[in-house]
Amino acid sequence: MQVDPIHQFQIHDLFPLTNISGRDIAFTNSALVMFIIVTGVSLLMIGASASRAVVPGRLQSIAEMSYEFVANTVRSTAGNEGMKFFPFVFTLFMFVLFANMIGLIPFSFTVTSQLIVTVALSLTVFFIVIIYGFWKNGLHFFNLFVPKGVPKLILPLIVFIEVLSFLSRPVSHSVRLFANMLAGHITLQVFAGFVIMLAGAGVLGWFGAALPFIMVILLTALELLVAFLQAYVFAILTCIYLNDAIHPGH
Amino acid sequence: MDPVAAKYIGAGIACIGMGGAGVGVGIIFGNYLAAALRNPSAAQGQFGNLIFGFAITEALGIFSLLIALLLLFAL
Repeated sequence: MQVDPIHQFQIHDLFPLTNISGRDIAFTNSALVMFIIVTGVSLLMIGASASRAVVPGRLQSIAEMSYEFVANTVRSTAGNEGMKFFPFVFTLFMFVLFANMIGLIPFSFTVTSQLIVTVALSLTVFFIVIIYGFWKNGLHFFNLFVPKGVPKLILPLIVFIEVLSFLSRPVSHSVRLFANMLAGHITLQVFAGFVIMLAGAGVLGWFGAALPFIMVILLTALELLVAFLQAYVFAILTCIYLNDAIHPGH
Repeated sequence: MDPVAAKYIGAGIACIGMGGAGVGVGIIFGNYLAAALRNPSAAQGQFGNLIFGFAITEALGIFSLLIALLLLFAL
C-alpha cells in the first residue's frame, strides 16, 4: 500500500461562493482552517481578558504569558519605539503559532504549508517596512543601504549587496516558514507510511512497524518544537525588519 | 539519460546543500552553548541573536531543500 505524502497539502472546495470572469471563488478547507485559527485566537484573548483577575487563572496566564513573551521580543529588538507595532507582531505570532499547532493535529490542514499564505504575510511585513520607513525617515531611509565607516572604494559593492539582501528578505522570510512546515509534515507522513507498509506485511512486520511508529512519536515532539520555534522566528524577524524602518542608520 | 531518473538524481544532489546548513547550525548552537557556560548571566540576553543567526543559516539549507522538492513534485 502506497502513501502519497503530498496529498495532505491539497486544497479542496467545500462549497462554491461566486464565479468571477470564469474563475471559481470557493470556500476551501484552507479558508475554513484560517477561520478556526482566527476564532480560536480571538476566543482565547477575549475570554482570558474578560475576568481581569489580579491573580490570573489558567486561561488568563496563557494570554498574559504570550503577551509578555512577544512584548519582550519587540522591546529587545526594535526598542520602545517599536512597541507601536506590537499589535501587528502579536497578531502575526499568534496566527502563525495557531496555524502550526492546528496543522499538527492528524487529518487537519496546515495553512502555513501553503506558499501563498506565507508570501502574503511576509510581503505585508516588507511593504510596511518600506512605507513606514519612508514616511518616518524620508530619504534618510536610504541610509539603511549605506553602512558607516566603509572605505569609498568598496562602498558601491557593499551598497549593491545591502540592496540585494533587502530585496531577498521577503523570499527567505516566507520560504523558511513554508519549507519547514512542508518538510516536517512530509517526513511525518513518510514514516507513517512505513508503519502501514510494514504492518501489512504479516506478523513479523508488526514488530518491524514498532520502530517507525516510535520514530513518528519522536518526530511529532520535534515538530511541536519546530512549530513554536518557527512562529517565534517569524515574529523576531518581523521585529528586526521593523527596526530597520524605525532606526535606518547602521 | 532518462529524464525522470535525471530529475531524481538532481533532487538528491540538491539535498547535499543541507549538510552545509547542518554544519552552520551546529556551529551556532555549539558556540552559544560554550559561551553560555562561560558566562551564564549574559546568555539570556543573547537568545534573540541566537535565534536570528539560526534562522539566517537555516534559510540557506531550506533553499536547497526547496530545489529538491521543486524537482520532485513541481517540475
